[in-house]
Amino acid sequence: MPTRGFVGRRPADSGGRLPPGQHLTEDFPVLSFGPTPRIQLDNWNFALRLGPRPVKTWTWAEFNALPQTSVIRDIHCVTTWSKFNTKWEGVDIDDLLRDAALTDPPPFLLAHSCDGYSTNLATSDVRNGKALVALKYNDMPIPPDHGGPARLLVPHLYFWKSAKWVNAIQFIPDNTPGFWELRGYNDHGDPWKEERYQGD
Amino acid sequence: MIEGLRTAPAPLLWQDAVISRINENTPRIKNFFFKLSNPFALRAGQHVDIRLTAPDGYRAERSYSIASAPEDVGELELSIEKIEGGEVSSFFHDVAMVGDTIELRGPIGGYFIWDVSDGGPLFLVGGGSGTVPLMSMLRHRRAKQSSVSTLSLISARTWADIPFRDELLEYAMGDPTFKAVFAITREPSRRPVDYMRRIDGTIIREVLSQLPTPPKAMFICGTNAFVNAAADGAVAAGMAAALIHTERYGGL
Repeated sequence: MPTRGFVGRRPADSGGRLPPGQHLTEDFPVLSFGPTPRIQLDNWNFALRLGPRPVKTWTWAEFNALPQTSVIRDIHCVTTWSKFNTKWEGVDIDDLLRDAALTDPPPFLLAHSCDGYSTNLATSDVRNGKALVALKYNDMPIPPDHGGPARLLVPHLYFWKSAKWVNAIQFIPDNTPGFWELRGYNDHGDPWKEERYQGD
Repeated sequence: MIEGLRTAPAPLLWQDAVISRINENTPRIKNFFFKLSNPFALRAGQHVDIRLTAPDGYRAERSYSIASAPEDVGELELSIEKIEGGEVSSFFHDVAMVGDTIELRGPIGGYFIWDVSDGGPLFLVGGGSGTVPLMSMLRHRRAKQSSVSTLSLISARTWADIPFRDELLEYAMGDPTFKAVFAITREPSRRPVDYMRRIDGTIIREVLSQLPTPPKAMFICGTNAFVNAAADGAVAAGMAAALIHTERYGGL
């Protein structure tokens, strides 16, 4: 049922790139549940784990020495803003798995962040060029507010899945909800299906 | 998708809500009261999603924090600031009337929430309309007649722009365990306890020292710059990051 008197302000021409319920922003809003962590690169490391078992750990220098992939993607936040043509560079998850010699990871994963944040994903959602651990935004180091020094980038899902300040990926056999997923947000988070909350 | 042992959660359904009252909070913020067709229990600090539909089917969705307390059964209060160029906030301020039906769903959010059983001291920091979810916590605290030591630090441009100002002052007047401090940024402050500048680390440190013991929880809501100033100030003053809950506005 239409809302009385509501006309709306449609995007000029989004070329079919704006998912339902989203609106376009030129800004880059910041959302996070606590203070912005200030991370020293000397102390930074990134771990790949199989369940509780560490498979491989990289220092900042080692991580930067991995093949770097550059992508330009539209991003969609569950709070309904979308931003087109964002440029990121970092390590493709496939390259990460290759470097760790992990050929057949379990079907689910939790991405962990240094501030205690976590988010769950299906492994199929981060394979075949779908996801990076990003180290650069717009050719520059990612600012702390936007998740620097490293954030996960899974642009085809709502952006809470693209964990800021990411420092570990843990592969697990069963889908296990992360921080927001435990608090009502969707396990999958496809913006084109409006999978915002559990049960959507 | 494989759900393992988890039971499928009930979907969060859209429902019709009728605007029952509208009143002015500040020159830029109006309070909208809704009668829900399917009332729900809420926790202080949660929000709802609003969905507006145009005649051609185009829809706009936004999240709004709930100002009413869990104890305020019967009506749900949302306090909405008019944002320049804001597609949904402009609709509420310029078009919406008592009797209109609006689609909403909720309650949403499980981290920026406080219950009297969580205890305190409690430190609430709000910038402008970022005061809204904090107000739900204060009203909840009041409804429960809680004596948890609580301090609210609210920043606004002017005295007239302080959301819920008179209610905050009234609470502080009759309750020795609650203090309300204001930071006014664009005109002189009116009370000796208030500040006349934007919130910074010094203000946070000074205000923290007014609590009898270090806070058990801090809730900050406002723009990203505002939240960063308050959160960084609290960390610098020695608060553990895990005690600091933030909610930042995102996009129009």
